[in-house]
Order: sequence, then C-alpha cells, then structure tokens
Amino acid sequence: MNAFKTHFAFEFRTGIRNRQLLLLNYLFPIGFYFMMGLIMTDINPGFRDVLIPSMVTFSVLAATLLGLPEPIVKAREAGILRSFKIYGVSAMALLVIPVLTTMVHLTIVALVITLTAPLLFGAPLPTNWAAFILVFGVGTFTCSFIGILIGVIARSTRITILYSQILFLPSMLLGGLMVPHHVLSETMGKVALLLPASHVMNAFKGIAMGQPASFHAWGSLSVLLMGGVIAFVLALYGFKWDSSDKKI
Amino acid sequence: MIHVRNLKKKYNHVVAVGGVSFSVQKGEVFGLLGPNGAGKTSILECLEGIRHPDGGQIEIAGINAIREAHKLRKVIGVQLQSGALPETITPDEVMRLFCSYQGVATRYDFLDRFGLGQKRTTQFHQLSTGQQRRLSLALAVGHDPQVLFLDEPTAGLDVAARKELHQLIVEMKSHGTTIILATHDMAEAEVLTDRVAILLKGELVAMGSPMDITRSGAGWSKISVQTRDQKLQHTDPTIPGIKHKKKSNNYIQYFSSDTGATVSAIISFIESQEDQLLDLRVERPSLEDRFLELTAE
Repeated sequence: MNAFKTHFAFEFRTGIRNRQLLLLNYLFPIGFYFMMGLIMTDINPGFRDVLIPSMVTFSVLAATLLGLPEPIVKAREAGILRSFKIYGVSAMALLVIPVLTTMVHLTIVALVITLTAPLLFGAPLPTNWAAFILVFGVGTFTCSFIGILIGVIARSTRITILYSQILFLPSMLLGGLMVPHHVLSETMGKVALLLPASHVMNAFKGIAMGQPASFHAWGSLSVLLMGGVIAFVLALYGFKWDSSDKKI
Repeated sequence: MIHVRNLKKKYNHVVAVGGVSFSVQKGEVFGLLGPNGAGKTSILECLEGIRHPDGGQIEIAGINAIREAHKLRKVIGVQLQSGALPETITPDEVMRLFCSYQGVATRYDFLDRFGLGQKRTTQFHQLSTGQQRRLSLALAVGHDPQVLFLDEPTAGLDVAARKELHQLIVEMKSHGTTIILATHDMAEAEVLTDRVAILLKGELVAMGSPMDITRSGAGWSKISVQTRDQKLQHTDPTIPGIKHKKKSNNYIQYFSSDTGATVSAIISFIESQEDQLLDLRVERPSLEDRFLELTAE
C-alpha cells in the first residue's frame, strides 16, 4: 500500500511537472472550454444546455485519448518500463496508477467547468448530481483504459498519435459534443454508437442533466462500463515491458 | 550462489545463447566478457528474470529463477546497461519509490554514499551520464541484495568517473556482495574480477581467473628495448625465444616465449657491442591479448 501511495504521488506530480501532460490535462481543456463558452453560446444559445456535459466530455477525451497513450509508449521505447520491472513495479500498477491520477486531474477540471459555466455563460447545472458524478466516473474510467490500451498496443509514438486521432476526431464530430446525435444521418448515427463519447454525452443528458436522451441512457452507461472493463483486461493481457516482448 | 546449466536463448531464429553453463561462488566478482553480440546481455537478462530463457536451468541463492522469478527481486540488484528512468523523477523520489516496492526503508544515505547528495532534487534528465550511472547503482544496492548484476557499468564514462565507479564496486565486494559484471573492457575485467567467462557468438570459449586465462594462451611477452647507438636494430642478432620483432619509434620490440632467456641475451649483446641500454620494458600478455587470440581462432 505504501508503494502504491508513493507511486501515485509521483505520478500525480508528473502530470503537473510534465509540460505535455499539463497541457492535455489542464490548459487545453480549460482553454477550449472558455473559447467554446464564449463563441458557441453566442452563435447558438441552445448550446448552453449542453455546455457542461460537452466540455467535461471533451476534457475527458483530451486527457485520456491524447494524454495517456504516449507516455506508455515512450517509457517502453526508452527502457523505463524495464527499469521498473527490475525494481518490482507490477504491470497492474503501471496501468492503473496513471488512470487514477488522470481521474484526479479530470475531477479538478470538471469542477472548474461545472462551477464556472452557470456564472460565466448561464449554463444549467446538473439536475441529478449523484448521476452526474456516476456518469463522469464511468466515462473517465472507460476512456482512460481505452487510452491505456492504445499505449499498450501501439508499436511507436507515431502509431500512437494515429490511433489516438482515429478515435478522438470522430468523437469530437459525431459524439454529440457539438452536433446532437439526432441530426446525424442514419449511417453516421450508427457509427457514432461505436464511440465512447456518444455514450458519455447520452448518459449525461438522459440521467444527469434532465434532458431527453437520444437512446437508452442507462444502456449507454452499461456499454461504457463493459467497454472499460474489456479495455482494461486487454491492456493487462497485452502489456509489454519492452519492445522486443511478444504479446499482442 | 549462482548455478547456470545449459542456458539457451534465441530471438526469432538467431541463437543469442547456445547452451552456457557456469557457477558463481558467494562473494565472488564474476565477469562475462565478449564483443558486442556475444550474448552477455542476454545471459544477464535471463538471470535477472527480464527474459525467459528457451532452455536450461538457473538457480540464484536457492531460487529457481525461471519458475520463481517473482522471488528474485528481493535477492538481486540490477544495474541495467541502459537504465532509463522517467525524465522528471529526482534521485530522492526514485529511491523512495523503488525502496517502497522492495519493502525496505528508503535508503537516502546511499545517495550520499554514491556522490549524489547535492543532486537529490535534480531531475533525472539534468544529471550527467556518470551521475545517472551512480544513481542506478545506488538503486541496485538500495535493498542490500545478495547478488548484484552490472551490465557495462562504465560504458560512456570518462576516466575519473570510471575510476570512481570501480572503487564503489570494490567496496561492495568487500561487503560480501556477489557481483556479476558484463563488460567488453578487458582492463576493467582484469582489475575487478576474480574469475571471468569469455563468450563468443553465444558460446563459452574460456573460463577461469584472468591470470589463468592469460597463461593458457600462447604467452608471448613483449620486450621493448631502446639503446643509445641502436646496435640491436643495425646488427639484428639472433636472440633466443623470439617469435617475431618489430620496430616502434626508437624502440625495437621482441615477442618472446622465454622472457628470462631473451632479456639475458639482449643485455649480453648490448654489453658486447659497447652500446648503452636506455630503456627496457617487459609486458606480460594481457587478458585482452588472450581474448584477441581466442576470437581469432
């Protein structure tokens, strides 16, 4: 337990000390939130209703899909994971601790967004706070382990960026953050169902914000949870200590 | 303390280690020598539990290193050839982190002992190569292991840093730590090790003390002579025990299998020619010479 706490504390400090992680965990999401709050609420006043869930979801996507994979790949390529193995650090710790620290960083960002959006942009607060926290927790859990899985299976940092963007960009366009699900074509709507962002937004709207959901909200939550567990199991199974290990 | 029997390792179809056996006694410094690609690192990584061997048996301090690799961590310390750590981690943080995973109290005193007292809060990427090596050595011994593995510990270090690291290794040996040292620096092996194993293309070609291995070779001593009038060079006398000779600057160098007879004959000749001896040097065959002989065979 002491080792876990020590490792967690170091990993948390890295999230602030490392400029790239600081950017992806804090500066990028909060900056984007302020920009969208200023511009989108002006262009489309109805966007206020989804400002909080969409910006919280965006923060989750940025920190997890963009922020989590690369450190794992770089650590593997540089031989850092081998050093960790030598000193008794488990694969489980290396996969779980970054997820937990990211969740803490995201909680801070979500608090900033949720508490300032009503004051600055007139956005409505969640009607069910317990549900909001639940959806946020499950969404963060799932997207985090998807990010970790990308880091585990990507063979190089270049491939990592490609895999991350393959998931991040469609999530931004089709995930319900900017464009509601119901205005998508039938085909695009089905494609959107493959994206975790769609389910996070749907669950936020249907369960936490008191708004109509595009499809079964609790079903979305279940899909997210299952997806997160599957991603975790696959990441644990496919984990490699260095580039010459043969797994996935 | 360490028993290795018929160890094998291959990568795809390339045989890195082709059936190597050796034992290491408690408190011994055992060297693994060989050129790049000889299999040193592969052997070390199998002993350290980083790689799974394709055949053979490994026992370290009574632990089956293949079936019980998880138990090895408490018993062994490892300094990797490329011991990378997260860029922003500090010596304080990494010592605390790894000691906590080893289940021992944090050994900040080792940071002072290994010359990192002033750098405890410096981030890893800001340390010099020598400081990074000393940090990885401090981490390797932080939990007081019975066996220490060092993979090219002085590679890339300057002369002063290398000497410092050698002193640290000698100090650890004096405390009874069993040390396995992989290196392609023959001089380092001659100074530090009790016994060495010479590897070539995954096979063990020689094993013994540096002195025994050196003696087992052709044993040619190099005798360098400089005289005032250079009569040896001009008259070219017959000297007993000579394999060949060559000129180097103002010296003539004889390669001899009978040092005593050759030196006596040289001095007698110089006296007979009324020349004056300015310098005479006798160099015993080194481990490097023997290594080059073995790799040429």
